[in-house]
Amino acid sequence: MLTVDSLHSFYGKSHILHGVALEVAKGEIVSLLGRNGAGKTTTLKSIVGIVSPREGRVIFDGQAIDGLPVHEIAGRGIALVPEHRGIFGTLSVEENLAIACRKGSLWSIDAIYEFFPRLGERRHSRGANLSGGEQQMLAIARALVNNPKMLLLDEPTEGLAPVIVDELIAVIRSIKAAGIAVLLVEQSLRVCMELADRHYILEYGRIVYSGSREQFQHAEAERDRYLTLRSA
Amino acid sequence: MNLYLIQVFNGLGIGMIYFLIAVGLTIIFGIMNFVNFAHGAFYLLGAYACYAIADLTGNFWLALVLGPVAVGIGGWLGERYFLSRLYRVPHMYQILVTLGLALVIQEMAVLIWGPIGKPIAPPEVFRGVMIFGNFAYPKYRLFLIGFTAILALALWLLLERTRYGAVLRAGTESTEMVSLLGINIFRVYSMTFALGAFLAGLAGVLAAPIRGAEPFMGPDALVIAFVVVVVGGLGSFAGALVGGIVVGIVQSVMSSFWSEGANIMIYVAMALVILLRPHGLLGRA
Repeated sequence: MLTVDSLHSFYGKSHILHGVALEVAKGEIVSLLGRNGAGKTTTLKSIVGIVSPREGRVIFDGQAIDGLPVHEIAGRGIALVPEHRGIFGTLSVEENLAIACRKGSLWSIDAIYEFFPRLGERRHSRGANLSGGEQQMLAIARALVNNPKMLLLDEPTEGLAPVIVDELIAVIRSIKAAGIAVLLVEQSLRVCMELADRHYILEYGRIVYSGSREQFQHAEAERDRYLTLRSA
Repeated sequence: MNLYLIQVFNGLGIGMIYFLIAVGLTIIFGIMNFVNFAHGAFYLLGAYACYAIADLTGNFWLALVLGPVAVGIGGWLGERYFLSRLYRVPHMYQILVTLGLALVIQEMAVLIWGPIGKPIAPPEVFRGVMIFGNFAYPKYRLFLIGFTAILALALWLLLERTRYGAVLRAGTESTEMVSLLGINIFRVYSMTFALGAFLAGLAGVLAAPIRGAEPFMGPDALVIAFVVVVVGGLGSFAGALVGGIVVGIVQSVMSSFWSEGANIMIYVAMALVILLRPHGLLGRA
């Protein structure tokens, strides 16, 4: 469904991605792991067009989408839930959903309120007044009413209480069950191992490991080498 | 006492004109981060559109409908094919280009209509005064206050109760996030710019029967609109409304105390607001 091939991206003059290549198949959850600064967020931004890759291709549903404007890539069915969620604080919960809602979407706003009852209760609250967990649910709900074929999640559990994290894991599972592919960037190894069908590890803008769920469970050496905090 | 009451009413009417000019400036800056020094030229074009249409047809109401629509379409075309190229450059260049554009429009007005102002009569029904006991007030100014109040309400509904309004408010927070939801932000920019031009044109038409149309009214209006935006709070609709009324009333009331200083007093008011509330009366930090 999504193929990223030898992607090179820059912020100004700094070369961030050095030929990143990865794939996500239909209905699959794929995790992208790596330390801070490895290029995970930049990879997501390069896929959705916020950062224009200087070299390489992004193929979605058989068509090259690199170089398209951000709103057109979103229109093809890729929804990014950014780090820090991007909730519009001055808009109500309902308005946050309404501006994203697309005609013919599988997820109507009413369906969302059934799926996330808490958002229904808070529909008239301003985005800024929601708790962190509610904001994350709203961010995902807003991506869903956009009718995506694929969801990119950037650090969805960041700053959330453990009980909310478990709720979120259940939500991501149901999204997968609905046939939506997920590319997950996440610091929590536990969350990734619970959810993902396959894993990639990024370091210094390069993919240094890829493996299936089973392979990754036994890849202690790689997990140690690329993911644990280095002592100085 | 009566005199001050009349000046407060005058200030209210003028303040609503200022509001109509400033609201476009403030929402354009709020969402597009674009400094438009040509905004006063839209006001000028509105006043001359009123003159031209009323002169040709004798019908003010036709001018009230067609004038702002023509200015709005002009603004839309200007944004689409010209000013949209300036979004990526620093503010200094935006100011230079739009200031140049304002001068071009102003000098075109001189070429077409001459350097002397043109008087415009109020529509027939609103000529003369209305008497309330021992208090007389021009009918046209009453109409102005009522009509602009309805407009402000309609505009508020547009911004607070429609999808376009929600997108606009969302864009003021983050245009990137709006794009990520699949919304073409550049189309929103064009519509917003056209709306701002329409409202400034409308202000020009409405002001014409009070102050006529003259080629140099653009820069004055622009400066006052910036004062209104600073007083009310950058990017805030309610701020433009409150700021417009405050500036209008300060200017009007002061003109009966100290007519030479009336214009200075609006800057004093602005300085006070900046000292006490740096983000404006209704601005967000």
